[in-house]
Amino acid sequence: MADGNSSVGRDEHWRKTRNLTVWVLILWVIFSFVVHAFAKGLNGTSFIGFPLGYYFAVQGSLAIFVLLIFGQNYLQDRIDEEAGLND
Amino acid sequence: MAESSAPRKFISDLPKIYGMYTGGFVVFILIMAVLERAGVSAANIGIMFVAFTVVIYAVIGWLSRTMQVDAYYLAGREVPPVFNGMATAADWMSGASFVALAGGIYFGGHGYLAFVVGWTGGYVLVNSLMAPYLRKFGCYTVPDFIGNRYGGNMPRFVATVILFVASFTYVTAQINATGTIASRALLIPFEVGVWFGLLGILLCSMLGGMRAVTWTQVAQYIVLIIAYLIPVIWMSNVQGFGIIPHFGYGDAVSRIAELEQQYNVGLAAAGDPGVRGVRVLTTLHNDPGTGMASWKFMTLAFCMMTGTASLPHILMRYFTTPSVRAARKSVSWSLLFIFLLYFTAPALATLTKLQVLDPNLATGIIGKQIDVISQLAWIQNWQSVGFLAIVDGNGDGLLQINEFFMRPDIVVLATPEIAGLPYVISGLVAAGGMAAAMSTADGLLLAIANALSHDLYYKIIDPNADTRTRLIVARVLLIGIGILAALVASLRLTGILGAVAWAFDFAASGLFFPLVLGVWWKRANRQGALAGMILGFLSGTAYLYYVYTGGAPWLGIDHLRFAIIGMPVSLVAMVVVSLATEAPSAEIQQMVDDIRDPSGRTILDRE
Repeated sequence: MADGNSSVGRDEHWRKTRNLTVWVLILWVIFSFVVHAFAKGLNGTSFIGFPLGYYFAVQGSLAIFVLLIFGQNYLQDRIDEEAGLND
Repeated sequence: MAESSAPRKFISDLPKIYGMYTGGFVVFILIMAVLERAGVSAANIGIMFVAFTVVIYAVIGWLSRTMQVDAYYLAGREVPPVFNGMATAADWMSGASFVALAGGIYFGGHGYLAFVVGWTGGYVLVNSLMAPYLRKFGCYTVPDFIGNRYGGNMPRFVATVILFVASFTYVTAQINATGTIASRALLIPFEVGVWFGLLGILLCSMLGGMRAVTWTQVAQYIVLIIAYLIPVIWMSNVQGFGIIPHFGYGDAVSRIAELEQQYNVGLAAAGDPGVRGVRVLTTLHNDPGTGMASWKFMTLAFCMMTGTASLPHILMRYFTTPSVRAARKSVSWSLLFIFLLYFTAPALATLTKLQVLDPNLATGIIGKQIDVISQLAWIQNWQSVGFLAIVDGNGDGLLQINEFFMRPDIVVLATPEIAGLPYVISGLVAAGGMAAAMSTADGLLLAIANALSHDLYYKIIDPNADTRTRLIVARVLLIGIGILAALVASLRLTGILGAVAWAFDFAASGLFFPLVLGVWWKRANRQGALAGMILGFLSGTAYLYYVYTGGAPWLGIDHLRFAIIGMPVSLVAMVVVSLATEAPSAEIQQMVDDIRDPSGRTILDRE
């Protein structure tokens, strides 16, 4: 773990962590706010029998949040392992 | 370390223990079903359901008793992610989620779904910005992080005050809910029900602190999720909405839209039912709107999400995992377990509405003869307790949409009866609601009492206190806060949901930025954090006071969304004051670097 704790390894690790977090938050903004702001328009489209805007509010966004967190943690584990900072 | 092998065996046995527990609960349900067949009264079945489950939680609480600080505050940091996920889900899903959410969707239409999105999406923020870093820090409470990161007693004290206000607002609503459910299931007065609920809550938490709360919350999650899903799925099968209702109710949404047009929902004025708390359906089921409606959706979702990421009783659950990685993992499990209930609630709301509205279904009541409908058992039952009212406003003898009044809670509580399921299901629902309200109240009471005992008493008042004294003080505070909350709850000052939303706004206004920037901005310093907490919290609270006392909301920002005022004030104050004052010491900046590194021991353990 000696080289993992060097400041270069740590800086690189933090840069990657930050980038991943930014991407996750961009997706979070889209599925928390953007799709719901356009719900009326999206309702014109049908998805498995639901109006799409409604679907996002009752299931779509929720399911995406779950997948987003599992996905983020998978990638974050890899970032930690690459930097030798996994505990 | 003599004790270390015993707890480890306990941890590896957990799936077996809770598997047997779940099996035992299912057997209990079946026994109740047999007893119902044998002629035991509905009232007695309700009593047995609530009493049996509460006794089980109390036994778990007693078995988890401890006199060790780490076990009391952090459950010994040995909770595996899946179990911490279940405990968090129970901690999270309150009496309001269980009893009122589906009813809220029934009456509130698309606008109300902002709660559903907000109360799930908040976990993305918990996972990205908070949980892993706070776990690495190794704090006992949320103010413990603020106190160590920013230094000095003042930030710790201010954070404790905000935690107290936010969590106390929330806990009174939960004790209110336990009182309501206990009074109805056990046939006792509400005022007695509140104290019965409190007794159950204290039995779960007092002897074992976080350790006891963790293992009872897992048990409570299992009960509440079974109690929520079984009635919905059973109802769907009985009424022909499909084996798993969640994916096929799109047609029901369009059918409701047709019926709403036919019945002129929201267009005809409603009369006065003469019963408090009942409402008539006036909002369309799926009418998102644009402009102001979109803005209101987004602001409400935003406040609930940032509030989720700032509420101490949730954040402290992630202090109990064995590692940073396990903390992250448990956030993902938490949200999955929460998702199971949150994506069921809209299905339940939609299908219940269809059953009530559609004249082609046997259950439909709108447009039918009032004489006939008044003979239905479920109408009579709920009418007699003031949950439902029928007023023939135009005197034509038929039931119009604006003549049917009900309390939102009915959507969950009366589903089994509307769909004609056996009473044993209603007993199960009561036990589930009790589990949901108790588990949240437990977490909140513990968050408050732990902050007062650890941050106020141990860190500020008497840093030399020995372990025994600390743990006794923690327990005395727990009982004291519980009694205070029960007293306030028995006054019935607010409805369940008004107070719940406020807790999120208080926490987001005062704590969100000081917590996030503590990890993500090294330059954040003590003065900045103090300004951010105090000004954010005060401006939000002042705005709440302004709108609540009748002031006209600015830009549609009403009392449910006052964090939209508090948060920007908090952010600007924190950044400006931090930059105008000295940068934090090199030592603190090094500490921030260490927080960002997931490996190694916690920051506090190293000191």
